[in-house]
Amino acid sequence: MFVEKMDEFVNLKATELRLGLPGTDNVCEQRVSCNSNSNKRALQPDAENEIESSTMKTPPRKAQIVGWPPVRSYRKNSIQTKKNESDGESQGIYVKVSMDGAPYLRKIDLSCYKGYSDLLKALELMFKFSVGEYSERDGYRGSDFVPTYEDKDGDWMLIGDVPWEMFESNCKRLRIMKGSEARCLGSGV
Amino acid sequence: MNYFPDEVIEHIFDFISSHKDRNSISLVSKSWHKIERCSRKRVFIGNCYAINPERLIERFPSLRSLTLKGKPHFADFNLVPHEWGGFVHPWIVALAKARVGLQELRLKRMVVSDESLELLSRSFASFKSLVLVSCEGFTTDGLASVAANCRHLRELDLQENEIEDHRGQWLNCFPESSTALTSLNFSCLKGETNLAALERLVARSPNLESLKVNRAVPLDALTRLMSCAPQLVDLGVGSYENEPDQESFMKLMAAIKKCTELRSLSGFSEVAPLCLSAFYPICQNLTSLNLSYAAEIQGNHLIRFIQFCKRLQRLWILDSIGDKGLEVGASTCKELQELRVFPSDLHDEEDNDTAVTEIGLVAISAGCPKLHSILYFCKQMTNAALITVAKNCPNFIRFRLCILEPNKPDHTTSQSLDEGFGAIVQACKGLRRLSVSGLLTDKVFLYIGMYAEQLEMLSIAFAGDTDKGMLYVLNGCKKMRKLEIRDSPFGNAALLADVDKYRTMRSLWMSSCEVTLGGCKRLARNAPWLNVEIINENENNDLMERNEEDEREKVDRLYLYRTVVGARKDAPPCVTIL
Repeated sequence: MFVEKMDEFVNLKATELRLGLPGTDNVCEQRVSCNSNSNKRALQPDAENEIESSTMKTPPRKAQIVGWPPVRSYRKNSIQTKKNESDGESQGIYVKVSMDGAPYLRKIDLSCYKGYSDLLKALELMFKFSVGEYSERDGYRGSDFVPTYEDKDGDWMLIGDVPWEMFESNCKRLRIMKGSEARCLGSGV
Repeated sequence: MNYFPDEVIEHIFDFISSHKDRNSISLVSKSWHKIERCSRKRVFIGNCYAINPERLIERFPSLRSLTLKGKPHFADFNLVPHEWGGFVHPWIVALAKARVGLQELRLKRMVVSDESLELLSRSFASFKSLVLVSCEGFTTDGLASVAANCRHLRELDLQENEIEDHRGQWLNCFPESSTALTSLNFSCLKGETNLAALERLVARSPNLESLKVNRAVPLDALTRLMSCAPQLVDLGVGSYENEPDQESFMKLMAAIKKCTELRSLSGFSEVAPLCLSAFYPICQNLTSLNLSYAAEIQGNHLIRFIQFCKRLQRLWILDSIGDKGLEVGASTCKELQELRVFPSDLHDEEDNDTAVTEIGLVAISAGCPKLHSILYFCKQMTNAALITVAKNCPNFIRFRLCILEPNKPDHTTSQSLDEGFGAIVQACKGLRRLSVSGLLTDKVFLYIGMYAEQLEMLSIAFAGDTDKGMLYVLNGCKKMRKLEIRDSPFGNAALLADVDKYRTMRSLWMSSCEVTLGGCKRLARNAPWLNVEIINENENNDLMERNEEDEREKVDRLYLYRTVVGARKDAPPCVTIL
């Protein structure tokens, strides 16, 4: 009974509506406004969050105050671009890639590729095949292999139809289809 | 003096160049006022809304050089909306219409358009020098007009501007006949430049002393540029993240060795250590070094470099240099006058043991007796350190300390830093600019009001307890010109205590404080010679239509400044002028 109640409580917390990214405990950005005598308390929310989230795996980002530290935007932007460039690897968009008939799956980082041709070339090398020619109307012609992906809705889509950025954010995993199933999908059903 | 003919007096006035002195001269008598204003060549306007171009031209018809500043300082930190104002266009239109013989224009935090630049380039036949700092609103097309049409251009200096780069051929637009360039700085451009055009331009500019290129100029191009301009005094390099091969390195070093006049080095938005070492031969000549954009460079490489720079007077660096590096600087750079240490970790995310602390600050103050300006970002500070720094360096003119975490106390005693900053203002009798940070009570402002007699600019953030704090400053600092305050508990009582004080100040900024709409309205009523601007988050808040109750509502951002021309007409919807 008590155990059941605990389970209930835990589940409730999991569905609690909060601001912020999943996996973090605090608001990502907030203006630290000031009431009289609250200067020294301005950072209490931070302290609370740190205690709460000490059980979390990743440390939460400290609340960012607008315009602080007082560093010119020009300078901030140039440090930021560099950070993003070097952090690229750890923030990559990793997806599984399967190929029909292959014994095991591979994993790739979509953010490493500039676009579809880049990606497809890499896949061709990885799995030793070629995709044939892409046209909007007919899909991929001239090959037994058709590159597809599963999107956020769970549907299997042909790679190449949507803008690259949209693809990057919607793609859950890739599958290189082969044989008759591929031919069906590839020929504009 | 009045028995001398006007020409003689004018000639005497020619020797007086400082703005303050010339302003004083003009107050002596009517005839001196007239002679002074008719002969005045250089005018500095610290707030472009304090006066309008027509009145400026009327008073100073012989104007040759104009400096204008637009947005308030906190615009640098995204606290002012983009559309706030500070447009240069009306100024250029008026100057062109009056046929002023403008030769030099220096702008800071202003909005400049391609149209403005085009008009500028066509309106002033003797135009020589354009310096834009932290401006925005224009593209490389505007630069192309300046390059093409200003036949006597000597200086084009673009510092930290937001410029839309159309990757066009603006460098090509300098005519072949243009050989007068002395200074060219396009380091803030993000795109690629026409390297061939750049090399040709540098080759035909024998008087070029200052050249600052952008990130996109590769190493071999830099080598060629240095080879055909060994007379350079001031060099800004590009971005070199890859180690050069042996041949490139040797060529680079050979070119650098020839630049015996080089005194100032900057750029380096990325630099591989080997590349940096190519500059060792000229380190001993350097008086100014800016490595503050080289985020990837490790402390030990920075330290190696600085060890050669015995004549350094100005150093801008990242905190990755560490306390150890500052200790090296203290023992090497005995001529150091100005130091800026910028944070490499903006969000305090990394548990960074190599950043600078109070130890580095004390070391520098002990080793560099000529130090007079400092900007120091750090994670921790103590009163004891500040007291020692004050003893070591009583000559500070500018002292800006930024402890990254707001409200952070002395980390050894957990007390406020009132005493530390108090020691600074007491010892440094010539202090003109001060930025405070860390845990601070009203007491620090009592000290500032009492001791900082020469203080002209004060920046306050997350400090103080009551209105008394702000009152100490307003009552005490007779020379205060610019006061900027954010996130501090100062309200209407402090704002309204002495309205006439604002006659002697250029401006006051208060954001996220306790002042209310009612207080601001009262101030505006009592001081019609002030523009009292309320800047709001949402454009849709029309403050003037609010009813009485809302008078108690706190004002998000307040910016007030003295002016002789009343409320400006170009304010955007998010700004209400009371």
